[in-house]
Amino acid sequence: MALPKVKEDALTARLAALPALAGKGWLGAARAEAQGRLAAMGLPSRRDEYWRYTDPASLVAAEAVPAADFHPGDEAPAFDAIDRLKLVFVDGVFDPAQSDDLALAGVEIERLAQAGAADIHWAQGLYGVLEARGQTPVQRPLAALNSAHATDGLLIRVTGRAARPIALIYAHESKTSDAMLHHCVKVEAGAELTLLESGPGAARFTKVLEVEVAEGAQFHHIRVQGRDHERRAATHVFARLGARAEFRSFTLTANGRLTRNEAVLELAGPDARAHVAGAAVGDGDFHHDDTVFVTHAAAACESRQVFKKVLMNGATGVFQGKILVKPGAQKTDGYQISQSLLLDEDSQFLAKPELEIYADDVKCSHGSTSGAIDETALFYLQSRGVPRKAAQGLLVLAFLAEAIQEIADETIADDIRGRLEGWLARHASKGSA
Amino acid sequence: MLEIKNLHVKLEEEDKVILKGVDLKIGPGEVHAIMGPNGSGKSTLSYVLAGRDGYEVTEGSAMLEGQELLEMEPEERAAAGLFLAFQYPVEIPGVGNMTFLRTAVNAQRKARGEDEVSAAEFLKLVREKAKTLKIDAEMLKRPVNVGFSGGEKKRNEILQMAMLEPRMCILDETDSGLDVDAMKLVSDGVNALRDAGRSFLVITHYQRLLDHIKPDVVHIMAAGRIIKTGGPELALEVETNGYADILSEVG
Repeated sequence: MALPKVKEDALTARLAALPALAGKGWLGAARAEAQGRLAAMGLPSRRDEYWRYTDPASLVAAEAVPAADFHPGDEAPAFDAIDRLKLVFVDGVFDPAQSDDLALAGVEIERLAQAGAADIHWAQGLYGVLEARGQTPVQRPLAALNSAHATDGLLIRVTGRAARPIALIYAHESKTSDAMLHHCVKVEAGAELTLLESGPGAARFTKVLEVEVAEGAQFHHIRVQGRDHERRAATHVFARLGARAEFRSFTLTANGRLTRNEAVLELAGPDARAHVAGAAVGDGDFHHDDTVFVTHAAAACESRQVFKKVLMNGATGVFQGKILVKPGAQKTDGYQISQSLLLDEDSQFLAKPELEIYADDVKCSHGSTSGAIDETALFYLQSRGVPRKAAQGLLVLAFLAEAIQEIADETIADDIRGRLEGWLARHASKGSA
Repeated sequence: MLEIKNLHVKLEEEDKVILKGVDLKIGPGEVHAIMGPNGSGKSTLSYVLAGRDGYEVTEGSAMLEGQELLEMEPEERAAAGLFLAFQYPVEIPGVGNMTFLRTAVNAQRKARGEDEVSAAEFLKLVREKAKTLKIDAEMLKRPVNVGFSGGEKKRNEILQMAMLEPRMCILDETDSGLDVDAMKLVSDGVNALRDAGRSFLVITHYQRLLDHIKPDVVHIMAAGRIIKTGGPELALEVETNGYADILSEVG
């Protein structure tokens, strides 16, 4: 089916701005297939059903909008206190000088740029494969664009219990950087990995993370997207879980003109568990979109989606979340909650929760709310001597608590709470509540 | 301790006058009770003293140890030594009871220029005071008042009072929703705090609470004014005859 002219032109313009990539090795083949998917879909536009609340124009434009440098002041970089394998990317390019060696007990790590030329590689079964599966029923063209054009990223294979978490740090140095990263993680049966990601990435950052969590394996993912306000980002996590596998992902987003975080999770083996959560705080020119699709394809799996947003001074939050329960996925336990705390009348939250169920013995619940801060609770705290601003901070953190609870590691959870407290102390609503 | 003079209060949103000239003077160490029929303005008085939004003071003053309460923010009133035990304690999901207590204690200490209490010291103090109120470790861990029974909520109010050590305590219908045993527990908690430097204002519908917390002075409030003041015998009179006699007597 031919693309409409307007989509055809947009795609041509975007591709013209990207370097042509050599088609060698397994990666060349995977890129060519992704290019084919992209050509059939075109780039997203506001008219597409899942882009109605978020304008993708600046994400699909040929050039990235420049983003000013950002200095986080005295705030310590995320996960600094944690004993981890540190791997640094600057404007989307791996920087060996700032990184630890690619060596960790229980894990094999390779750079996509180097491993791609081989004829055969384990990542063949993953790279672009989960992304391609995730294109139906909802198209995700930016992910296909990434699979076709990403030049850097890591291929991580976990065979045992990773000795330390792996921390990917994305630094942003050039004002006009337009970075595309693609990572693949394969957690073999019974293996365990914690993956940490932090930093703004680039002026425009397009990222795909494909994760296969095999039978009985565990994958924990914690991400801090950085306080850089100017950046624009579209990220995707595609995960497929085997029997009894566990996947947990938490994202903290503070600031960012435009952030779209997509998570596409498939529970493919029985008794698997997938939890995806996010806390986003935005002030002013802030647009944050969580688009989540969870497929229950096997019996007795559990999924949780917990998304909380605190919005002020005209900030916008979007949540599009779906639970699809396939025929035969009996005893499914699916839960989805999306909530926003609007600190003034200028901010808005747009939510589209969806359930589609083709099994008759399941437990699925979903809820979505928008509300102001509870004045009665505020007064109660003040009457006990807590100053109004501190009381507000306490209530905002309480609002976010359910999302933060999804972080299994208490040290990291405390660090996230500290960051949120810091952010709340720096930002205040100017409007009337 | 507390001196209220000619206090007039109306609702901010509508032209409804609730308090029409309340005068009340409570000395150090004294326990005063205010009784009165529904709608007489008892709870409004407690909210206005604590600084809740939605009320407009049109006339009068309320001085706590020489400081004008009505010009302070609610948290400043608390730091100055005022405490209101709520008729309906507020549930705060996501905030642990212990965190709440510690935040409050330290905020007040900070406001008064005192050092924060250490975590270990605080824990010891809370456990000790919670034990006498039969508040277990589980209740301290749970979010503030969430899933608490009526009695647990009221005991939690008294625990907060015990931890904050206010000089002027207002108890707004602390007996409502309590069974006999819970009322005894709460009253014992209050009585344990009575001393020469701490005063109480007990707002209640019923005399039965005053069997446990013995007042020095009893006031009857009706239609936004204190219409009669007497000793403990006044509460008994209300219990026996209701408010009708007193109301008609005052006219």
